[in-house]
Amino acid sequence: MRCCRPALVALPLTLTGCTGWQSSLDPQGPQADTLATMFWVFTAILALVWLLTMAALFLSLRRARAERAGPLVLEPQAERSMTRAVSAAVAFTAAIVIALTVVSYAAQRALFSSHEAPLTLLVKGHQWWWEVTYEDGQPSRRFTTANEIHVPVGQPVLIKLQSSDVIHSFWVPSLAGKMDIVPGRENRLVIEASKDGIFRGQCAEFCGWQHAHMAIAVVAHPAEEFERWRENQISAAEPPDDPLRKRGMEIFLSRPCVMCHQIRGTPAAGKVAPDLTHVGSRLHIAAGTLPNSRGNLAAWITDPQGIKPGAHMPLMKLAGDEIEPLTRYLEGLR
Amino acid sequence: MEHRVVRDLSDLPSYAFGPRMTMWWGTLSFCLLEGTGFALALGGYLYLAFVNPDWPLGPPPPLFWSGIFTLLMLASLVPNFVIERAARGENLFRVRLLLVVMSAAGLLVTGARVMEFAVLPVRWDFNAYGSLLWVILGLHAAHLVTDVVDTVIVTVLMFTRHGFGRRFSDVEDNAFYWNFVVLSWLPTYFVLYWVPRL
Amino acid sequence: MSETMLEPHAEEPLDTDLPDGELAKRLATTWGTAGGIIGALSTVDHKIIGRRYILTGFLFLILGGLAAVAMRLQLAVPDNSLIGPDLYNQIFTMHGTTMMFLFGVPIGEALAVYLVPLMVGTRNIAFPRLNAFSYYVYLFGGLMIWVAFALNIGPDNGWFSYVPLAGPEFSPGKRADFWAQLVTFTEVAALAVAVEIVVTVLKLRAPGMTLDRIPLFVWAMFVNAFLIIFAMPAVMLGSTMLILDRLLDTHFFNQAEGGDPLLWQHLFWFFGHPEVYIIFLPGTAFVSAIVATFARRPVFGYPAIVLSLIATGFLSFGLWVHHMFTTGLPQLGATFFTASSMMIAIPTGIQIFCWIGTLWDGKPIYRTPLLFVLGFFFIFVAGGLSGVMLASVPIDTQVHDTYFVVAHFHYVLIGGAVFPLIGAIYYWFPKFTGRMLGERLGRCHFWLAFIGFNVAFFPMHISGLRGMPRRVYTYPAEMGWDTLNLISTLGAALFVVSFLVFIYNVAASARGGDIAGDNPWDAATLEWATTSPPPPHNFDRIPFVTSREPLWAERETLPVVTGLAVDKREVVITTTTEARPDLKESSPDPTVWPFVSAIVVTVIFIATIFTPWALAWGAPAAALVMIAWFWPKSVEEDK
Repeated sequence: MRCCRPALVALPLTLTGCTGWQSSLDPQGPQADTLATMFWVFTAILALVWLLTMAALFLSLRRARAERAGPLVLEPQAERSMTRAVSAAVAFTAAIVIALTVVSYAAQRALFSSHEAPLTLLVKGHQWWWEVTYEDGQPSRRFTTANEIHVPVGQPVLIKLQSSDVIHSFWVPSLAGKMDIVPGRENRLVIEASKDGIFRGQCAEFCGWQHAHMAIAVVAHPAEEFERWRENQISAAEPPDDPLRKRGMEIFLSRPCVMCHQIRGTPAAGKVAPDLTHVGSRLHIAAGTLPNSRGNLAAWITDPQGIKPGAHMPLMKLAGDEIEPLTRYLEGLR
Repeated sequence: MEHRVVRDLSDLPSYAFGPRMTMWWGTLSFCLLEGTGFALALGGYLYLAFVNPDWPLGPPPPLFWSGIFTLLMLASLVPNFVIERAARGENLFRVRLLLVVMSAAGLLVTGARVMEFAVLPVRWDFNAYGSLLWVILGLHAAHLVTDVVDTVIVTVLMFTRHGFGRRFSDVEDNAFYWNFVVLSWLPTYFVLYWVPRL
Repeated sequence: MSETMLEPHAEEPLDTDLPDGELAKRLATTWGTAGGIIGALSTVDHKIIGRRYILTGFLFLILGGLAAVAMRLQLAVPDNSLIGPDLYNQIFTMHGTTMMFLFGVPIGEALAVYLVPLMVGTRNIAFPRLNAFSYYVYLFGGLMIWVAFALNIGPDNGWFSYVPLAGPEFSPGKRADFWAQLVTFTEVAALAVAVEIVVTVLKLRAPGMTLDRIPLFVWAMFVNAFLIIFAMPAVMLGSTMLILDRLLDTHFFNQAEGGDPLLWQHLFWFFGHPEVYIIFLPGTAFVSAIVATFARRPVFGYPAIVLSLIATGFLSFGLWVHHMFTTGLPQLGATFFTASSMMIAIPTGIQIFCWIGTLWDGKPIYRTPLLFVLGFFFIFVAGGLSGVMLASVPIDTQVHDTYFVVAHFHYVLIGGAVFPLIGAIYYWFPKFTGRMLGERLGRCHFWLAFIGFNVAFFPMHISGLRGMPRRVYTYPAEMGWDTLNLISTLGAALFVVSFLVFIYNVAASARGGDIAGDNPWDAATLEWATTSPPPPHNFDRIPFVTSREPLWAERETLPVVTGLAVDKREVVITTTTEARPDLKESSPDPTVWPFVSAIVVTVIFIATIFTPWALAWGAPAAALVMIAWFWPKSVEEDK
């Protein structure tokens, strides 16, 4: 079952070039920016405190001092000056602690007070993938996709977080801090990208076997490009035109695939696994586990448990000549 | 190192009562940790009552048997107080008599507690409200039964040849713990029976 | 009830009647432990139980450490297929569970069990049979979970077992039940020891050891015992609810039926944060003892340190929500916990400053115990300061549940508890065994551990900031975390080597180390006033305390009290604050019933995993063995 692995590695990875694409120290949005600044302020102050403490320790060890008659013979003068020194250090500590609390509180208010945004998404955590629904006043303009969020640059986006099973945590460090997804609750988070790019996120609360393979990509476009993407996602899947892909569609619709997956515009209407209407347009498959390519689709369909042990995607019994039409069909769902 | 004798303790007694004994402090420590358990369990109840907008998720538990239980518990404080005094006075006759009374009282309240369970309006596996009722009542019942069994054993003990000396201190200690069983019930009673009626 | 029963007291020999040599011999017989297996299982000697506790704690440290080695090997390279997710999840769960429940808490209590009675100058711990019982319960609980792991039914939901993942729906099978029962085992054991320590410190102190003469070590262990008493019931309650949800279909954590998954988090962290201080306070106990001895002066600021310990104890109960900042709590509430979490830096700071002041004014002697304490300053202060970052809600949203947090708490726990613990072993090994640990090997051990630790854990700060979450069994190559992880693994290897040096040092020195004598470090507290190792009765005569540093104040002769029985076990009970001699209580003899009770309790706890009825038929059995335990064996005991 592992035989397909080397082939996967050999495939060009579309995103290897992006350094720091999941780093809180490489902020790409106003919220992550503030957080990174705060981090560096805290680090600078606390590193200074650490250095001062270590310097005091070092000096206390290096200091030359006179012999004493016995361990209990203490000098009142020295004790008094030590009391003063320790009191000063404690006062200094208290001042720093209070200052940092105030800074923290101010930042907290600035960052988390607003939950207003022109665009609202519903992100649902599943073991181990993300369901993303773009809300809209007109029901016909609502659509669902998976494991990938597209946002317009420079616009705040409100994300409502719900869980369908256990606790997850939504975290795209280049854009914002994390927010847990707790069953029975709806948490909210606002993200904003200040320039276009692809920002990777990952579930940050342990959620079982494949917690390690539960990634999400946030793709930020200029506004008009985002609108084009959205219009395309709203539309149903184009029926295939060539015979090979038609056969692929027939294979898909005649197999248990339809029990779980939806392809809008076809009878496939399963809701428990990712919506595949435009799966061909996505960057990755299996929640960021593999780059999206026909080879990887084939690998994933033929050996999901080898690639992502424990995932809820079952093994499909497919004949050797069924894989190509099926993957071509899926690849063409753009 | 050479020793230099500074005091002779030959005359110290071998037992006493109350906080002079280690056992009293041991019992108190256990009361503290069990009391923390009760406080947290009740805190859990109030937390879920706060989180659920339509609390209680079922009818409030009936007041008849729980009322009898509570009254019996409060009444038992009287012989319990007298027994502490009798033990301190090392009055074997009164201690034996009162221990029999306390054992009987213990069995009586245990019976009332059984009836309390029998009339609970929600099963433990119906919803979180039922779970809380059963488990918190069970937590208190566990303490109750433990102390009743302990009381019966001490009663038997005091009727054997062991009924003298520091065993009086054990009697007092057992009575001390009974106070905790009664006192821990009062907030529990209020939360389980009256909070849903507020 | 004949009069004569009250009489024989007068005929019992007292220590006043005997010459020194004879006295020591007779007391050793009275307080000794019988030979053979039954004797070994019946012992109630706090030193023997304490020694077993310490060795068992280190055994679990090794097991937990091996689990960490396995994780480091798996994470050394990206996309590694050495360990799959099923096994990896079990391994990290076993690592955390073992280190917190089977090593961190018990090891601090273990040293307290051995040392507190000696330091307060008494002959045994309070409730010594309970002490024996607690050890067996702890041992059996630990064995249960590791046997379960060996049978591939080890828990796999993390040491925190968040619901609903650990609930009946998402963790079918018995794995989570073993975890919940392990918690019950270890909490029973920990609570029992906490009660013993509290009562030992309050009532068994040597005459003259007023509150302000209690050694700082004992103060720290005393406050720690209270933390255990107030914190542990929360997790016992939580784990009971968890197992009931799993086995009896209750709905405490089921949001569909009025429960709430966050209730588990509140209960768990109400315990879980004080837990960190439960592990750290024994560290401060070791540091206070070692600093005083090797700086050659009393610790500066005794009242400030005692008040700081108490303040730490109180504050530690007001921080638990900082583990839940990202769960979507109301913002104002979160701010309160930011303030309290930062505030606890103050009492901790006071202690650090007082110790540095002690070294400043003293004349430090650089032996291995002090080296480990210096390592403690370096590492723990860094960990404490990164903790200040975690206390800030905004920063926490970025670093929570990442390797930054992993780095932070290993700096705090290994720096704050393990480094002082190793120092403590070097310091008290002569008292435990009568022989010194090798000094050269000790220095070698220190430098390997210090460098290995920092190389292993410092890079984790960076991998966390660069987006690496915790509890992932692998990561893709293109994340850019591979170099950092490889460095961490190499550091971990060095850290492991340092422990091999330690084990070799202990094994070699136990047989061939230099003979220690009573007080090899010229230390000031009472455990050094008796032989190394101490006799079964600890002290031939109970010391009379005249100073906070009794052995520095009384250089020529040790003031003692007399008048205790020689042929039966008697301890001096003193008043709580003034420590005036008040009573001579009898101290329990050895008995096998605590061991039998522990077996019965173990059977019940494990059986309840499979059927709740085990509790029903187990309770009478438990009651019977407990009666056998407590029923007086002779009228002698009644007096």
